Amino acid sequence: MSAPAPTPSTCLHCNLPTARGRRFCCPGCAAAYETIQTLGLGRYYAQRILDPTLRALRPEPAERRDLSRFTATHSDGTHELILAIDGLQCGACVWLIESVLAGQPGLLAGRVNMTTRRLRLVWRGAADRAVSLVDTIESLGYRLVPFDAVSLAAASDSTDRALIRALAVAGFAAGNVMLLSIGIWAGEVGRLLHDMGPATRDLLHWFSALIAMPAIAYAGMPFFKSAAAALRQLRTNMDVPISLGVILVTGMSLVQTTQGGAHTYFDSAITLLFFLLIGRVLDHRARGQARATAEQLLTLRTSDVAVMRSDGSTERRSQHVIVPGDEILVGLGERIGVDGVVERGTSLLDASLVTGESLPTAAAPGSQVFAGTLNLGMPLTIRATATGNGTLLAECARLIEAAEARRSGFVVLADRVARRYAPAVHITALLTFLWWYLAAGVSISQALLTAAAVLIITCPCALALAVPMVQVIATGRLFRSGMLLKSPTALERLANVDTVVFDKTGTLTEPTMPLVIEPDRDQAALRVAASLAAGSRHPLARSLLAASGPVAVADDLIEHAGQGLQAGDVRLGSREFAASCTDYREAEGPELWLARPGQQPVCFRFAETLRRDALETVARLRSLGLDLRLLSGDHATAVAPIAAALGIEHWQAEHTPVQKVAVVEALARSGRKVLMVGDGLNDSPSLAAASVSASPASAADISQTVADVVFQGNLLAPVATLIEVARRARSVMRQNLALSIGYNSLMVPLAVAGFVTPWLAAAAMSSSSLLVMANSFRLRGRST
Amino acid sequence: MNVILYLLGASLILGGGGLAIFLWSLRSGQYEDLEGAANRILFDDDQK
Repeated sequence: MSAPAPTPSTCLHCNLPTARGRRFCCPGCAAAYETIQTLGLGRYYAQRILDPTLRALRPEPAERRDLSRFTATHSDGTHELILAIDGLQCGACVWLIESVLAGQPGLLAGRVNMTTRRLRLVWRGAADRAVSLVDTIESLGYRLVPFDAVSLAAASDSTDRALIRALAVAGFAAGNVMLLSIGIWAGEVGRLLHDMGPATRDLLHWFSALIAMPAIAYAGMPFFKSAAAALRQLRTNMDVPISLGVILVTGMSLVQTTQGGAHTYFDSAITLLFFLLIGRVLDHRARGQARATAEQLLTLRTSDVAVMRSDGSTERRSQHVIVPGDEILVGLGERIGVDGVVERGTSLLDASLVTGESLPTAAAPGSQVFAGTLNLGMPLTIRATATGNGTLLAECARLIEAAEARRSGFVVLADRVARRYAPAVHITALLTFLWWYLAAGVSISQALLTAAAVLIITCPCALALAVPMVQVIATGRLFRSGMLLKSPTALERLANVDTVVFDKTGTLTEPTMPLVIEPDRDQAALRVAASLAAGSRHPLARSLLAASGPVAVADDLIEHAGQGLQAGDVRLGSREFAASCTDYREAEGPELWLARPGQQPVCFRFAETLRRDALETVARLRSLGLDLRLLSGDHATAVAPIAAALGIEHWQAEHTPVQKVAVVEALARSGRKVLMVGDGLNDSPSLAAASVSASPASAADISQTVADVVFQGNLLAPVATLIEVARRARSVMRQNLALSIGYNSLMVPLAVAGFVTPWLAAAAMSSSSLLVMANSFRLRGRST
Repeated sequence: MNVILYLLGASLILGGGGLAIFLWSLRSGQYEDLEGAANRILFDDDQK
């Protein structure tokens, strides 16, 4: 296999654009390429298939971290660590990671699970060996995040396995019983030819009972339990008619068998369970997978906090054990883990996730800081304040709680149908029994058998598959495109949406702010500026560096927090800091100035940019007939141009979390179904207030927890795809329900009249289930 | 017609065996990474 040679302007390793003529975009990529070639794994580049929507494989400076808390040590002296992998593109990546790990001494297992995107490491020797292993993989451009062994074990799904075991048992029994039944049915036809005597038929019935009874007892458990739970609360759900039908039919069939009767329904009962379990397993899988992934995304980001001890040393502790009054050290580039007040140090804080403001704010002793803010400058010492005392996080948590309590109880389609369907079925069966027994005067067992046939025919097998089947396929499709549906009802709520409210910063716009392109820019000045910027984590400095390409960091670099950078006589920073000359131009937005001795100051301007596909997505959403709005915590001057560029008429700026909730609730009161899309802490209450909500994976923890859907990647298109898929799913669900109810209403009169024999029941039930399944799969085929 | 008894017995044993093997493969984690398994076939591992 030979790969097309990368065009000269893309990096050989990560495939991102590079400066003309360069082979690599950064030293990290060059090193990764070198490592891979040295190990003789160069085939990787020929075999991989890159997905442009995923994060590029550009190695990032490793963060120091403590893996010991996540490492489990077994009694035989081996250690185990499970990590989430970010950046896994295709099978070749799995091969690359495993091949690189294969050469590591002492490593017993290094295996990638491609479905869950996890790496499992088992090794012998020192427990902190993992750090070097993780660094090796990270230097290739992947990002690894450890999972908490304890929480992972708790989350590992025992229900999933139990359901699959039940499915296997039901499948085995259904196949075998059906085989015997076909013999019986054939004998029925052949009886005219004196092929099968009653003794043989009874024998086959007994064998059917032998296989079916234990299988039904085992495989039916999930339904029996759920039905019992519902009945205890004096409610009814889909599982009640299912359980009742299965138990009654099995009991009747057993009586028939002992009496040497002609008709038994073991095959129908067990096949019914088999079909239902298929739906149940798929449903459980898709939902569990999405939710687990969403949780893991969050796990990755909860980091330890450095607490100052009385002797001045620091100790890393989990965020949860911090008490008010603790002093916490927050280094450069770290996210502040707690709400607090700055004790010592001055710095710049990026609060975009908290307040929605796109530009960093300065922090000095006495400033209030919030969990989730990123420290861009000098280390800060923060005193943790009491939780729940007017801090923003506590305020948001309270608002979320209130908003969620107000959210009207949404009843899913299937339950609404079940509520009316179940009593109707039971009454029909009862009336059938009474009519045959009292009016027609047949024997009690004959009347019961007819009633059982009614239950079998009406047993909501197709009905129970109608909705979950669609949900599974839709959830799976969304999952493959990077959207995690966390709530099982989100799909139905999404389909009803008529208004979309966007947050601005980080949702409609890129999380970073690129340099404005000026054709006559002095390239030398840019390189000098970049050499200073290389030493800072300020977002503007980062963007400057991105525009210039890699440069060496300037010597003797000093960062003046909130002002700028200085290297000798060269200064880069705010207008006041760098450009001491009188200035004639009005600032149009964020800017950096470069001052060099004896030269005119140079201005670099930056502009917040829309996400790459924002315009397109907005157009798509409009064509779906949705009303779009923009609701931001940022200043009006920053919001207006964005709204204008996207053609969004209704926009509001400088809204506090409380005001945002009020706006969303006012929309809801006017009868609108609102989809809120936001990423910040300040958005989280309105996410909870909206009828359905979505957050990008870069969002604040709390927003992701609240949101019904989390979408990954740098694009906004998932929002439009979500609604399209949800609407199509809704229409397929409705078709399925119509199909299965239509089918039942056709067959019920036959059953009531007593024309339904076991083979007809089995055929009717299976074919309606298969029809519903086939219809659901149509969702999968079409591409969007 | 005694042959039916033998055949029934044999089919149950065979079917039960299949079920047991499936349950074993489930327990040993062979269904945990279906996507990875599909891709792994394509690696030619000449170094192991």
